[in-house]
Amino acid sequence: MALLKSNKVIHCLGNISPALGALSSRNSSWWAGVQMGPPDPILGVTEAFKRDTNPKKMNLGVGAYRDDQGKPFVLSCVRKAEALMASKQLDKEYLPIGGFGEFTKACAQLALGADNEVLKSGRSVTVQTISGTGSLRIGGNYLARFHTGPHDVYLPKPSWGNHTPIFRDAGMQLKAYRYYDPSTCGFDFKGALDDISKIPEKSIIVLHACAHNPTGVDPRPEQWKEISDIVKKRNLLVFFDMAYQGFASGDIDRDAWAVRHFIETGHNIVLSQSFAKNMGLYGERVGGFTVVCKDAEEAKRVESQLKILIRPIYSNPPINGARIAATILNTPDLRSLWLEEVHGMANRIIKMREQLVAGLKQQGSSHNWQHVTDQIGMFCFTGLKPEQVERLTKEFSVYMTKDGRISMAGVTSANVGYLAEGIHAVTK
Amino acid sequence: MSVFCDVQQAAPVAVFKLTQDFNNDQFPNKVNLGVGAYRTDEGKPWVLPVVKKVEKLIVHDDRLNHEYLPILGLPEFRSSSSKIVLGDDSPAIREDRVGGVQCLGGTGALKMGAEFLRRFYNGSNNTKTPVYVSAPTWENHNAVFSSAGFEDVRPYKYWDAEKRGLDLSGFLRDLESCPERSIFVLHACAHNPTGTDPSQEQWKQIAEVMMRRKLFAFFDSAYQGFASGNLDKDAWAVCYFVSMGIEMFCAQSFSKNFGLYNERVGNLTIVARDADNLKRVLSQMEKIVRTTWSNPPSQGARIVAITLNSPELFSEWKDNVKTMADRVLLMRAQLKAKLQSLGTPGTWDHITDQIGMFSFTGLNSKQVEYMVKEKHVYLMASGRINMCGLTSKNIDYVAESIHEAVTTVQ
Repeated sequence: MALLKSNKVIHCLGNISPALGALSSRNSSWWAGVQMGPPDPILGVTEAFKRDTNPKKMNLGVGAYRDDQGKPFVLSCVRKAEALMASKQLDKEYLPIGGFGEFTKACAQLALGADNEVLKSGRSVTVQTISGTGSLRIGGNYLARFHTGPHDVYLPKPSWGNHTPIFRDAGMQLKAYRYYDPSTCGFDFKGALDDISKIPEKSIIVLHACAHNPTGVDPRPEQWKEISDIVKKRNLLVFFDMAYQGFASGDIDRDAWAVRHFIETGHNIVLSQSFAKNMGLYGERVGGFTVVCKDAEEAKRVESQLKILIRPIYSNPPINGARIAATILNTPDLRSLWLEEVHGMANRIIKMREQLVAGLKQQGSSHNWQHVTDQIGMFCFTGLKPEQVERLTKEFSVYMTKDGRISMAGVTSANVGYLAEGIHAVTK
Repeated sequence: MSVFCDVQQAAPVAVFKLTQDFNNDQFPNKVNLGVGAYRTDEGKPWVLPVVKKVEKLIVHDDRLNHEYLPILGLPEFRSSSSKIVLGDDSPAIREDRVGGVQCLGGTGALKMGAEFLRRFYNGSNNTKTPVYVSAPTWENHNAVFSSAGFEDVRPYKYWDAEKRGLDLSGFLRDLESCPERSIFVLHACAHNPTGTDPSQEQWKQIAEVMMRRKLFAFFDSAYQGFASGNLDKDAWAVCYFVSMGIEMFCAQSFSKNFGLYNERVGNLTIVARDADNLKRVLSQMEKIVRTTWSNPPSQGARIVAITLNSPELFSEWKDNVKTMADRVLLMRAQLKAKLQSLGTPGTWDHITDQIGMFSFTGLNSKQVEYMVKEKHVYLMASGRINMCGLTSKNIDYVAESIHEAVTTVQ
């Protein structure tokens, strides 16, 4: 490496060959040793999709909601909130490090329920974060600095692709527990309990609150209860990731059930929330990170340390999305409208699942596709193998990630038949 | 037994605590000269007229939605931001070796640059590379680089307290004696907190040493346009370094010059040797961004991009910026004049010699304490005042308070 940067060597090369001599007139770059980074697997799918000229092409890669015309959907409650905001003479002064108070309060209430004892006693802290990613990262940084147990974060197998690099960059180690059963395309309940029961005490376990990404497979309430028990027995720190509240079942309280149950049964959880999907605020970067503490005094200490972590990353968070979210959550009319619209988005997804299964039956598929309607949320783990995925992409221009995950949000009543045709063709 | 029972209460960030104390103060004539945000002569925040105009455009444009931006940000924002600091006709831009990364404010740009340097500069993951920040500097510089993993963040001589100006010889001595390949955080203009910038001749000397000793230039540009009122003039140092052919970073903030503080609009401009190096650097930047915030917020970047890319709006913006810069210059002139007419001991030329939002008054910590506690005039313990906090209504009171502090407290 040092040799590459030596002017002497370059000069000698110049004597050997005129072409190489051109190098001697410039110093080499600081970045000569920087490798080309691998393309992001999920975003890479969209890149390839864009290049495809097939009019029937489908992008089932990125998890962003689309309406039945396949278009991005800006919620009416969002537009109304923006109009309300525009009518006020708001300034652009820095937010506090911990974010917009009206937002963080409403954010915590949405997850925990307004009359939750935790909120009444003030024994939690919620900071505004840069959507779900920012929340997970702050959480990871916080645990790296303050967690007194093992710095092992246990993720379900599989989990969202970005979980691993986020926690790794935050300085934590990654481990896994069984979660998805490929033979049933469902929940490996026994495997999960078995693995969790062996996790060393005080380790950290990440649980997807609802609409597991990428599988769409969620534990049933009775199963959540058992998971809660065993996690309690192992004395693990629970890190909930809730990116789809309202989006999974269509009901915000139902989707938050697991989070609330764990708190009720005595877990002092940490929680990441995202409003990217359930309010369609993707690019505005709206999220929250909550730490449930022993008491209000501890919550104050924890809050002060979260601010110390945030300040050297971005100083304070962006206002726009948080203000939209707060306006919606805190204005009764808009809140009701939002609940309707979230319900509508979830319903369209459920309908597409049903139509896909019906379409596959119609095509004459002999496989069991029940998992498509059993699974919940934006994603469906089809069970397709990599070779089948490749064929689906090459022959039908249906773009999805190699693991067989499809974003149901990309399915419409106009293209669900074509999708069924394609899936049947590669699986018959 | 809570896992967090041992978590200590952290000390609050000084500048925000100051504002908090100010807010809680009931004294009718209180003055806040702390936080670095622009204020009108009525002492109010100012949303730039051009920003209001563009926000209306955005709200009424049905073609716009809230979809994710690309990881590195809004393309029109990135390119126009880099152009603003390097100049439209920058040869480096023509040669395709300039790239931008949209970040959350100037802080976010510094952070992304620091994270990249820690991973890839001067070897691989070399946390021992010294990072030099000016003495004094913006208080968050230290934390940004140390939280990125750098173990050795050191001061370089900058402010000469005795002569109340730049300690150029000290600065140059540090440049000559530091380990090769050290990173230097340079304030592009309107140095925070001293308001003291090197002259063009002095920048040339600094650049010569840095090039010869292979030191890495990391510019922090938070006040372009705000310092002198002229965008190009305020970018001179950055452009000069680029013209010398070196590779460098420049963290840009649009918090002050666009008044977009809470939208978190920033850009990390990367100047590389050539297009190929740039491409690889940007690909690695994507990975760093992805695990920090995935992709940046769209609102502020849209406002800036629309403004910079429309000749009329751009012109209007420049006027708005000049309005702010001119008011600051007026307050500087008037404060100095009042102190001189009061006969306040000491020389006060530095108030008009210094540039930008801040002035290092030279008040010591006891005098500052007097100002805060007895006079309810809030300023930083370092003696730094935000000129924007001065108005035609409070400038007499502030001048008198300084006079009292200097004559009463040693």
